[in-house]
Amino acid sequence: MYDMYRENILDHAQNPRHPGILSPADVDHEEHNPLCGDRLRLTLRLDEQNRIKEIAWDGEGCAISQATASMLAEEILGKTVDEVRQITRDEVLELLGIPLTINRLKCALLSLKTLTIGLYGLKEWQKHDDEDDE
Amino acid sequence: MANTAEQPYDVEAIRADFPILHQETRPGVPLVYLDNAASSQKPRQVIEVLDDYYRRYNANVHRGIHKLSEEATAAYEGARVKIKRFINAASKREIIFTRGTTESINLVAQTWGRANLKAGDAVLTTVMEHHSNIVPWQMLAAEKGFTIRYAPLRDDGTLDMDAFRQMLGEGAVKLVAVMHVSNVLGTINPVAEIVRLAHEAGALALVDGAQSIPNMPVDVQQLDADFYAFSGHKMIGPTGIGVLYGKRDLLETMPPWMGGGDMISRVRLDGSTWNELPYKFEAGTPSIAQAVGLGAAVDYLSAVGLDRIQAYEKRLIEYALERLAEVPQLRVYGPHADQKGAVAAFTFANIHPHDLAQMLDVEGIAIRAGHHCAMPLHDYLGIGASARASFYLYNTFSEVDVLIEALYKARKAFSI
Repeated sequence: MYDMYRENILDHAQNPRHPGILSPADVDHEEHNPLCGDRLRLTLRLDEQNRIKEIAWDGEGCAISQATASMLAEEILGKTVDEVRQITRDEVLELLGIPLTINRLKCALLSLKTLTIGLYGLKEWQKHDDEDDE
Repeated sequence: MANTAEQPYDVEAIRADFPILHQETRPGVPLVYLDNAASSQKPRQVIEVLDDYYRRYNANVHRGIHKLSEEATAAYEGARVKIKRFINAASKREIIFTRGTTESINLVAQTWGRANLKAGDAVLTTVMEHHSNIVPWQMLAAEKGFTIRYAPLRDDGTLDMDAFRQMLGEGAVKLVAVMHVSNVLGTINPVAEIVRLAHEAGALALVDGAQSIPNMPVDVQQLDADFYAFSGHKMIGPTGIGVLYGKRDLLETMPPWMGGGDMISRVRLDGSTWNELPYKFEAGTPSIAQAVGLGAAVDYLSAVGLDRIQAYEKRLIEYALERLAEVPQLRVYGPHADQKGAVAAFTFANIHPHDLAQMLDVEGIAIRAGHHCAMPLHDYLGIGASARASFYLYNTFSEVDVLIEALYKARKAFSI
């Protein structure tokens, strides 16, 4: 019944990993989820190989959106931006490990959206966006 | 009566799905519904979907974190994907739900048109257009000072493409706005060529698909149309729902039209930012049940097959034109069957179309009489009004016979 609020999701939501804002940062981008008011600002510092060497984020919103941001932050630290580009919607949903209904997908995907648009722009996100067309 | 063997499908099986067709308009007089270009009837598969929505999962979409809202959202967005596949759009985000064709064209006028059309520009359209593809441009032209050019017709009721090219060649055309199929003449316009010519001239192309989408396969990517507008109720779907298809890159650059809920990203007291496509253009609670019903209509039409519907209707209009030609003093407008949708607009001696429609109604036959929202076309043809019989997938050859018989009766009553 409370599968959506399993221990590790609540743990990430209540004790977010990599909180804060990096300033200056190589990437600094904020996105919103208009339907429920979630907000996420993501800051990254990259090394010479375009590897994510530091990450910090700040946001507010539901446990699902905040936990996913925290999990994704852990996931991408140390990866190159090319590797990050390959991360799919389904992989992010697997991090959460619970089935989501259609109205909650946007909460879970806000962090991937912020990351993708921050690194590669809106066009790149539109590719992810269309994954559920078929 | 025509040989109805080996038709593209079993029309009686189709008719069995449409409850409204099985009635008598008065005792002993069965309904013959020939007003399909105005609005089509609905199969039980669409009616049941509407009923199921209101009985089982009615709720607002996109916001609710509860079972009913999740189910309503999934069904509403599912319908969008069905329509995307039906017209072969590149993305479901190119499918904007509107109230119908009229609202879709007004949306383009009020967003793209308002932002891009100015004095010195021109919109090129045709004299055969429905009012919904004339008036929105006239209203905006009165405000912005651009001009509207109307391409004329050939004597057979097809578009005069030489004149069209010439008017396009005069320059300054920013938008070509044409109907795919005429709701009066039935003329099937060469829209792929029209779109290509528009693009060569640096103009965008908007196609009014109200009369094409229900009756023939349409591939918006193949046509390369920038905008394509159509209505649900003419394609066995509910009223109050329609679609504006637009190319994504274009829609992204267009400002929103109506403001309100669902279309925003952030709202602050000093200003707001807009939601992503398609929600930017879907302010307020949408027609949820109707969208889901339109999805069911698309399923139904796809199962029968638009190519088979078109083939069946072609035989039916060929037969109808042949029989109408037998009736003395009856004149049908528009091209021959091979360039025509399943529509026959006609005048009959000196009987006013309203009187004719009234007499046919006594025989259980529903046709339309008047100018069919195409007053400029009727002026152009030099007639005040016409009678119109329009056919759809469930009409039969024997219904054509009933129409012809009733026309002879009317002739007798008017002693002509």
